Amino acid sequence: MTQAKNFAFGEDEKLLRDTARKFLQDNLPTDKLHQLVASDPDPYRESLSLWDKNLWQQIVELGWTTVIVPEADGGMGMSLVALCALVEETGRVSLPSPFIATSCASLVLRECHSPAAGHWLGEIAGGSTATLACTPKNGSWLAADCDVELVDGKLSGSAWFVQDARKVDNLIVQAKTSKGTALYKVSTHCEGLNIVADAIIDLTRDQAHIHFNNVPVGDAQRLSDDARAVLERAEPGLLTLVAADMCGAGEWQLQTTVEYMKVREQFGHPLGYFQALKHPLVNLMIMIDQAKSLTYNAASAIDSEPQNAAKFARMAKASASEMAAFASNRSIQFHGGIGFTWECFVHLYCKRQKHNQVLYGDAKYQRAKLAEILMGPISA
Amino acid sequence: MSQQAKKDTPEQAEFRAYCRDWLSQHDEGTPSVRLPQSAIEIMHSEQLSFLRKWQSEAYEAGLIGCDYPIAEGGGGRKDCQMVANQEMARAGKPFLPNILGLGMAAPTMHFHAQAALKERLLPGLFSCKDVWCQGFSEPGAGSDLANVQTFAERKGDKWIINGHKVWTSLAHFADWMILLLRTDKSSKYDGLSYFVVPIKSALGKGVTVRPLIKITGETGFNEVFFDNLEIGDDYRLDEIGKGWQVAQTTLLHERGAGPMLTPSSGRGSAKSSAIGDAYALINLAKNATRDGESAADDPLLRDQIMQMIIRQEGSKQGARRAKVEGLCEHPMRIPLQAKLVMSEIRQDTSALAIDILGAQSTLYINDENAPAGGEWPLAYMNSYGITIAAGASEIQRNILGERILGMAKSK
Repeated sequence: MTQAKNFAFGEDEKLLRDTARKFLQDNLPTDKLHQLVASDPDPYRESLSLWDKNLWQQIVELGWTTVIVPEADGGMGMSLVALCALVEETGRVSLPSPFIATSCASLVLRECHSPAAGHWLGEIAGGSTATLACTPKNGSWLAADCDVELVDGKLSGSAWFVQDARKVDNLIVQAKTSKGTALYKVSTHCEGLNIVADAIIDLTRDQAHIHFNNVPVGDAQRLSDDARAVLERAEPGLLTLVAADMCGAGEWQLQTTVEYMKVREQFGHPLGYFQALKHPLVNLMIMIDQAKSLTYNAASAIDSEPQNAAKFARMAKASASEMAAFASNRSIQFHGGIGFTWECFVHLYCKRQKHNQVLYGDAKYQRAKLAEILMGPISA
Repeated sequence: MSQQAKKDTPEQAEFRAYCRDWLSQHDEGTPSVRLPQSAIEIMHSEQLSFLRKWQSEAYEAGLIGCDYPIAEGGGGRKDCQMVANQEMARAGKPFLPNILGLGMAAPTMHFHAQAALKERLLPGLFSCKDVWCQGFSEPGAGSDLANVQTFAERKGDKWIINGHKVWTSLAHFADWMILLLRTDKSSKYDGLSYFVVPIKSALGKGVTVRPLIKITGETGFNEVFFDNLEIGDDYRLDEIGKGWQVAQTTLLHERGAGPMLTPSSGRGSAKSSAIGDAYALINLAKNATRDGESAADDPLLRDQIMQMIIRQEGSKQGARRAKVEGLCEHPMRIPLQAKLVMSEIRQDTSALAIDILGAQSTLYINDENAPAGGEWPLAYMNSYGITIAAGASEIQRNILGERILGMAKSK
């Protein structure tokens, strides 16, 4: 298959994105976000999952969670490029929601090609939410060495670094079996499950580790007998969505800092007059544009050039992660003293970006993997 | 069928088939001397005559100036220069020598010159019968271009020009020059006017060209002195006092962001076809060693090569995204980055190539043992020509910060 014209971003995708942008700007201005997630700055407070469930219900009604669900399973069957555009907008407002987690779950379910997976994609299209529980305690995000095991039809062990676990209805669990690793769908409300909240830096999402204590699973819950292959096929999509979130958040960091450069004056000039501040923000703009171009290229490749999907997705995630780190660094620094305070909004984005940077592998990891694709492995 | 071919309009598809057919049958011959890396490094008349013949044949075949009106010597087509460029590059043809004419003088005349002047000068520009150069920078007007002092004094329907231009690539071969000069000393920006000037015919009669030697040891750019050169008013573009606005058209095209696509073609010397390309670093590393081991196994070098490839691919995908209005925050945001980003990627890629080559990187173009003919160190040194010319990178960052992000103007 060959490269799509204009990243296959057409009128439908633009309309969906523009509607989303307006909806989010109207409903989640940054001061409201700050009230929602940052009312208690105490780092020793109980770990809370703070999000606007009413807003989420409206998002479900707008159909965002059905965008990439195939039409056969009750979804809109649109491209990953369309979803990417939505995620960029949720990143721009730092939306606390199970949107990315559920979208990642949909990407994995799409690759399972089983009746059970089709059924659960339909459930997602109907408004149900899910997240991946595939990572072991050592933090290898999508590796095979999971800490959950299937014995006599029951799951035992633990899954770690589960994104937005306390917002979702279902888990997609990677488990070792006698034949390898399989994927199971497990309700977050089922018996034998202990969801333990992690105390994380990011205020705009939650994370947990989950203990499975002999949780029984049946055939209707078995999504795939080859978790390795499924996760490998889904991985480019996961990387691309996180990159899209970083691009949206990065653009907010850029524009917010640029606005401050126009209003704050020192030495008789607005700060933007000084090239020590102007030029790094131009560098940030260039990094955002590179990351965004690579992200849409990756999404488009996943839709229409699968042979290039892994390569382009790793480029996108690496580029966006470097950009996010620089955006966070300069946005705090250029706000000066106020940028170091809790009341200034820039730390919310810095923390979301920090989480995004490492989610599914940081820039150095992606580049090492990319080098294996482009250069071959390092000789023994 | 290529990816581009699938998206062609009927006119483009027909033209592409024609280009391929012509290019497959055309033989430009073999140069008798080493070709430089780009047009602005042409030193010898042997290099120029080979390249000039090639450009002339490509123009006669209709591959140059495709989108210009027929009355201006063009092909009268729509969006076909892109097709010709793709096919000339695909066919591995040499680069086009009259780069300053094609990339700057032609679009500027197209938008600002009288019809008679365009009809007279553009065909010879496209065919390379006339070589063009650009008289913008001066000793006192580099980044602050609007400070040019070369002065034209009105005498009836004539102008008398006196002054000094620098960094004038190809002036040593040029027949014509686009010239930004001052016609009014009382106003900085509004005191500028824009002319085209026949310089070769005036050599020794009011025009002196003196070569400058670059850090590479190559020539190719020059100083040009005007000493009471008399020219007619019919060589003026646009109105008196509008020179700065006309110059913006030139600069926009020079930075690759203008509406008229510059005709371009493939390679320099055969050896240098991959020089400057980040993907070429992979094979470079595979053929280089560190401590006796393959440089391609060095994790730090691998990481740096990937960083370069990601930046280059990001820039390439950016050019693709710039055409999708719905995915751009501002229509000029990516086009105005093009020159800055491209030039710094090329510089950093060449610098990394030198790191990879290690001891071998000390060997220059005149050493028979130099990897890739010593073209990587040459490309590194030449890269400063691009990061400094056409508005230095620092000026580009001012432009982007002010015009795109809206920050206060820096002095």
